Formats: sequence, C-alpha cells, structure tokens
Amino acid sequence: MSEIKFSEDHEWILIEDGIGTVGITDYAQEQLGDVVFVELPEAGKTLAKGDEAAVVESVKAASELYAPVSGEVTEANDALAEDPAQVNSDPQGGGWFFKIKIAEPTELDGLMDEAAYKTYVEGLG
Amino acid sequence: MNGEDAELQQTPLHDLHVELGGKMVAFAGYAMPVQYRDGIIKEHQHTRARAGLFDVSHMGQVCLMGEGAAEALEELVPIDVVGLAENQQRYALFTNDRGGILDDLMVTNAGDHLFVVVNGACRDQDFAHLRSHLEGRCTVALFHDRALLALQGPEAGAVMGRLAPATRDMVFMTAGEIAVDGITCFVTRSGYTGEDGFEISVPAGRAEALARRLLEQDEVAPIGLGARDTLRLEAGLCLYGNDIDAGTTPVEASLVWALSKARRADGARPGGFPGDGVILRQLAEGVARRRVGLRPEGRAPVREGAELIDEAERVVGKVTSGLFGPTVGGPVAMGYVETAHANPGTALRALVRGRPQPLEVVRLPFVQQRYYRG
Repeated sequence: MSEIKFSEDHEWILIEDGIGTVGITDYAQEQLGDVVFVELPEAGKTLAKGDEAAVVESVKAASELYAPVSGEVTEANDALAEDPAQVNSDPQGGGWFFKIKIAEPTELDGLMDEAAYKTYVEGLG
Repeated sequence: MNGEDAELQQTPLHDLHVELGGKMVAFAGYAMPVQYRDGIIKEHQHTRARAGLFDVSHMGQVCLMGEGAAEALEELVPIDVVGLAENQQRYALFTNDRGGILDDLMVTNAGDHLFVVVNGACRDQDFAHLRSHLEGRCTVALFHDRALLALQGPEAGAVMGRLAPATRDMVFMTAGEIAVDGITCFVTRSGYTGEDGFEISVPAGRAEALARRLLEQDEVAPIGLGARDTLRLEAGLCLYGNDIDAGTTPVEASLVWALSKARRADGARPGGFPGDGVILRQLAEGVARRRVGLRPEGRAPVREGAELIDEAERVVGKVTSGLFGPTVGGPVAMGYVETAHANPGTALRALVRGRPQPLEVVRLPFVQQRYYRG
C-alpha cells in the first residue's frame, strides 16, 4: 500500500513500506520556473522534520526544501544533477529529490492528503 | 492580489501581459511580467535566435528642451553630450560628488530636444536631480503618455524593416522619429540584450495595438523581465542597483569606455561633472577594485552577495549579479574584485551556502554582442 501526503511548503511524500519519496509539487515547480540546479542530501544523513533538506535553484533564485518528516536519507535522485529540468517536466515522477526512512510515522498525520492539498492550493489564489 | 499589488502602477500593456499568461511581479513600482507561459529559458533562447518583444514602459522617458540643454546636462554626466549629432544616441551615467554612479541612462539628440531614458527604479530621483540642476537653463519634462517597447534579437531588423522601412538604414546607437505600422514613434537601434534590436517610444494609447502587431509577426514572441536579466548579464551589461550604484565609480565598474574623450583630462571640455576629481584621478592612477566577469565551475549558480575568496581564504571581492546563463549553458556572474585578482584567468572561490565553489575571472561579455553597425 502506498500513500501520498503534502506539506504546506508544497512538498509531496509518497510513503511505501516505511520509506518516503520526497519531491516538490506541480504548483511549486510552476512558481519557481525553470529549475537549473538541485542540491540534494547525501544518503545516510539524518534529518529532523523541518530541517533544510535540499536546495532548488531556478534561473533567478534559490529556494530551500524542508524535510516533511524526520528520518534518515536512504537515496538521492542523482539523475537531477544532469537533468534538473525533470523537476519542471515531471515533478511527481522523475523529478523526485530523495528517499527517507521515516522515523516517526505519527508526523505524517500533520500532512495533507491529496484532496486537502488541492483545496489548500486553490485557496492561495 | 495582496494589498501591496494594489499600489502598483500598470503599464499600457497590462491587459495584454495578463492575456498572454504573464506572471506579474512588482518591479520599480509597476506590475511587470517576469515571464510568460514558455518560461525564462525558452524566452531567452527565442530572443537570441529570433526576436523578443519586451515591455519596458516602467523606465523613465525624459525630455530636455532648450538651447542650453546639452551644455547643462554635461554638468551631470562625464559624457560628451554637446558633440552628440542629431539622431545619435549615447550611454551615460549620472555621477555624485564622490564619483559614484547615481544611475545609468541613454541620451539621444532628437533634434529639438534631448530624449533621455532612465531606470524605472531611479525615475523620480533622476527627475528631481535634473530639475534641481537644469531648471532655468532648459525645460525638464517626463513623457507621461508614452510606453516603451523593446524588440530584440537577430530577426528584429527584418521585422522592423517590414513594419517601419525607414529603420532599414539605421545602425546601432542611432535614432529617429519613424512611423511603425503607421504609428509615429521615436525609435532607437539599441537595447539591453547584446543583440541587434530597437527601443520604440510609442504614445501610450497606441502601445497595445503596436505590441499586438509586432506579436503577429512570425519571428516575435513576448519576453519577460526574467529573460531580460539573463540576456543582459550574458552580454556583460550592468544592472543599476546590483552592479553599479552610488558607491561604485565608472572606473571601478569597468565603464571607462563610456567616459567620453572630450570630458577627460586631455579632452576639449575636461571635468566639470560631479566627482570629476575622483574619476579623472582614478583614470590616471588606477583603482583598487574592478568589476569583472565570473564563470563558476559546475552547475550551481553563484548569486549576488556571495563573497569571493583567494587561495589564502581572504575575502577579495563580492558577486553583484549571478544566475544561470541559458546561452552559456551554465552559471554566469559579475562582481567586484581587488585589482590584483582582476585579470582574466584568475582562479577564485565563491562562498555558496558556506561552501567554497571554484570560479574563474573571465573577460566580458559571456556571449558576443551582435549589434548592427551597417
């Protein structure tokens, strides 16, 4: 069983067998514009919920991606080093950032499901 | 729309920007499109390959009229304005008493007046500056009722040749009152992208019709301020407020080429502009720091404000503009470094998020300028 959740910072996390795959949403990539560089956390790094986990650079500005949950990074999407534009073209697929072993499953309860996130984005105007 | 946006002024092309999917942001007090649907990289590449249409109506268009206008303006800029022939345009700088730059501007001899274009963010300050110094010697007026469009790119000449045949004979940095698709405009062959192109001062009420007519041409696409920034940085051109400001002199800014011969120590009308002592001394003796091009290694952009360090980890400079250059295909930047480190080929490092990233001092521009000189 997999489940997808969303944060107010426009990150998504796909949960499968206690591992979360993290990326930014279509709304976020749309706001950023053309992504030209992504700095990812290394495997083995331990993150607390809310820690700066990655940096995403568009043509004109840098933005941070924060860890939506606590845990240990198990894998980073190294393909983004060569092709960061995947964050724009396929944000919830090939444009994923990293995988994290979820330390506190209860932290997921504070995140939104797909319907709630959709309502949240619509409310941003 | 938040409260801040409500305060913003709109250019005569506002509705067109929205219709074209422009992502509107606050810039110089105006709501301006930072990009349209294609995004900054595609818009940039379109301008380098074909022709891009920019709304630059946020810039200040000033009219100086009267017999003594050129002589009077020379007291504020280290530029030969008196010797500017009719329908010739020149790049200029307002300086302060310390030799710092108050703004950069374009001056054109339009026959019965001088046509001056200043940066949008400096418009009110520049207008007050001109008023307080030139009042009584010439009239100083803002063209409130004009929009300013820029058409830039290697195919801009073909587009304008079709809609305004009189522009076919124009070369870089010349100007004229010309009918564009039947609308009387003041056209200069210049711009801010490093490409051939035109800036078109058009009555506000006709601006949208002209913009639509230009956009109908197969070569032309609308381009936002985001690509305007990437294009100008690749072309090595300064952005006021980033790369030049009241604390940098033209010599430090590597803008010596802009200082007219007539206004230098051995010229026909030496000095006589604010900060002349500082600037002429720097021309003779050199400066402690200079603006240079910087080419970071790897893919990560090095942004404005990043400190530059030498081998000994000593801070020797600072980045003033930095972004991803779509034509270069990697990060590009400009900044100020101590003169000892300003030679092309010098290896430095920039501190990016606390970590040193190697970069090299390079000659500007990053992308060869392709102005039309006939």
